[in-house]
Amino acid sequence: MNPLFAGRRRKNLVAMGLSLTATTFGLGWLVLILGSLLWEGFSGLSLAVFTEMTPPPGSAGGLLNAIMGSLLMTGLAVLIGTPIGILAGTYMAEYGRRSRLTSIVRFINDILLSAPSIVIGLFIYEVVVYPMGHFSGWAGAIALAVIVIPVVVRTTEDMLTLVPDSLREAAASIGLPRSLMITRIAYRAAQAGMVTGVLLAIARISGETAPLLFTALNNQFWSSNLNGPMSSLPVVIFQFALSPYKDWQALAWTGALIITFAVLALSITARALATPRKSS
Amino acid sequence: MEPAGRRTVADLALQTDAIGTRPAADRSRVLAKLKFSDLAFHGLTRAAAILVLLLLSGVIISLIIGSWPALSKFGPGFLVSERWNPVTENFGALAPIYGTLVTSFIAMLIAVPVGLMIAMFLTELCPQFLRRPIGIAIELLAGIPSIIYGIWGLFVFAPFLQDSLQPFLISVFGNVPVLSALFEGPPYGIGMLTAGLILAIMVLPFVTSISRDVFSAVPPVLKEAAYGLGCTTWEVARHVVLPYTRVGVIGGIMLGLGRALGETMAVTFVIGNAHKVSASIIAPGTTISATIANEFTEAVGDIYTSSLIALGLILFVITFIVLSFARYLLLRIERRIG
Repeated sequence: MNPLFAGRRRKNLVAMGLSLTATTFGLGWLVLILGSLLWEGFSGLSLAVFTEMTPPPGSAGGLLNAIMGSLLMTGLAVLIGTPIGILAGTYMAEYGRRSRLTSIVRFINDILLSAPSIVIGLFIYEVVVYPMGHFSGWAGAIALAVIVIPVVVRTTEDMLTLVPDSLREAAASIGLPRSLMITRIAYRAAQAGMVTGVLLAIARISGETAPLLFTALNNQFWSSNLNGPMSSLPVVIFQFALSPYKDWQALAWTGALIITFAVLALSITARALATPRKSS
Repeated sequence: MEPAGRRTVADLALQTDAIGTRPAADRSRVLAKLKFSDLAFHGLTRAAAILVLLLLSGVIISLIIGSWPALSKFGPGFLVSERWNPVTENFGALAPIYGTLVTSFIAMLIAVPVGLMIAMFLTELCPQFLRRPIGIAIELLAGIPSIIYGIWGLFVFAPFLQDSLQPFLISVFGNVPVLSALFEGPPYGIGMLTAGLILAIMVLPFVTSISRDVFSAVPPVLKEAAYGLGCTTWEVARHVVLPYTRVGVIGGIMLGLGRALGETMAVTFVIGNAHKVSASIIAPGTTISATIANEFTEAVGDIYTSSLIALGLILFVITFIVLSFARYLLLRIERRIG
């Protein structure tokens, strides 16, 4: 065989081998991380985790108040963030498709989408916590809402742009006013994609820790008072994992297991919902 | 789903009969109502879009106001001073900035080649039926909350590094003139190298998925032409795909870099939180976000809090520049593809 060709072939083989190795390497981390989560966290999984409060070191307990706090703040954040996100996305896709405002908002939104979440936490500390004078569940929920908005804006705009214009024209031709055309025709056509956006946003915020550290802080006890500090699963994991107590660390692992699988389930659901839309 | 009030108006509009048979006055009233709700909806969506703008300006303004006491007290020296002393209230940002840059650099050094190789595997080599599952699995890495990387890094990864990789690096490079400074000191397990490695894993899916997307947007005709000349797969990737997609790939890398710079929880667990600039990458250090996460709730005194907010402002400015650049590049390639 021509030696030059043989050399090129060898080089190609090496490169292909490397790319296969890289892929195994990438997948390996996923397996390793999920594996150690199951290994360390599964044994701690019991009914008590869901029915008892976070314990003081040395005694048994669960994560109930943390789970409740997380659910409450996540829910509120979605309630606050989703309408704003959907409306802004609607403006960008329906009213201001070619306007200057849209391109600026799109750019700003992309920056917000990947801005460090701890900076969002500082912002909410400055505008909510500091004026109020104390940490609170509300502040935590608002911080999370600020993270929800860009995700929803992005997906809403993308999904509405995918709705064919002939649908809009058909609606306009029967004399449907624009607002009804959007809410009854365009939204319905883009429904699956918009739900995906919300699910992705929930997945994103349910593991967020940094913005909660100094907005909602933490609370060892049961609290549904949104005006006071509120416990949340990620913050409890943070605190318990860094503590020197073995039983706290074990609870942190169990919490980590719960969060991870909840988040992964959410993002897989979102993906499954989004797929048929995209291919059609 | 719709509020009851709007539904009746909508029904009237949708049923031509209902409007047609009604008296004229009624009809004009309905139309006026519709016109009003149309305007209101337009205004509402516009307001929401403007709110997004205000959000970002709000972040910038509040950070500037919050950091003003510290910035005016320490001046530009804040950026280059290594001191960090809560007792004497004397602060400087050099150590966190240095740590942020070093850990992100280590992360990109690993994530970029690996990410590009995975993207190449997914677009050129992988059998069709495995592309989606493998792509999704890699992207799931991005879905794992960062606190999970933190707890895993602290309890699983750092001890592993302490026992294996770090002693190995120290013994191999310990006597090499320049490199010995990089790997100086006892193997703690935690430190800048560990943080950089974990960041690399977290950034990997961003680099991979954007590279894969731009790779698969290369016109097949270009690749076919190269294959027709007798190029190997590697040569096609290296001399056709990569030059064609360069702008998009750099955009993806920048996006990953933005993520690495601002990552908080994973780093906070494994960085070691030492406010000093050390040449050794296995030594403990700190990053901007880790410093804020660790010290913010314990900060007493206005200057301390304000210094931490100033750190946040610096972080935001750095990531803002990196992300803007990424978006600009990605926009350019999007235009070309679209």
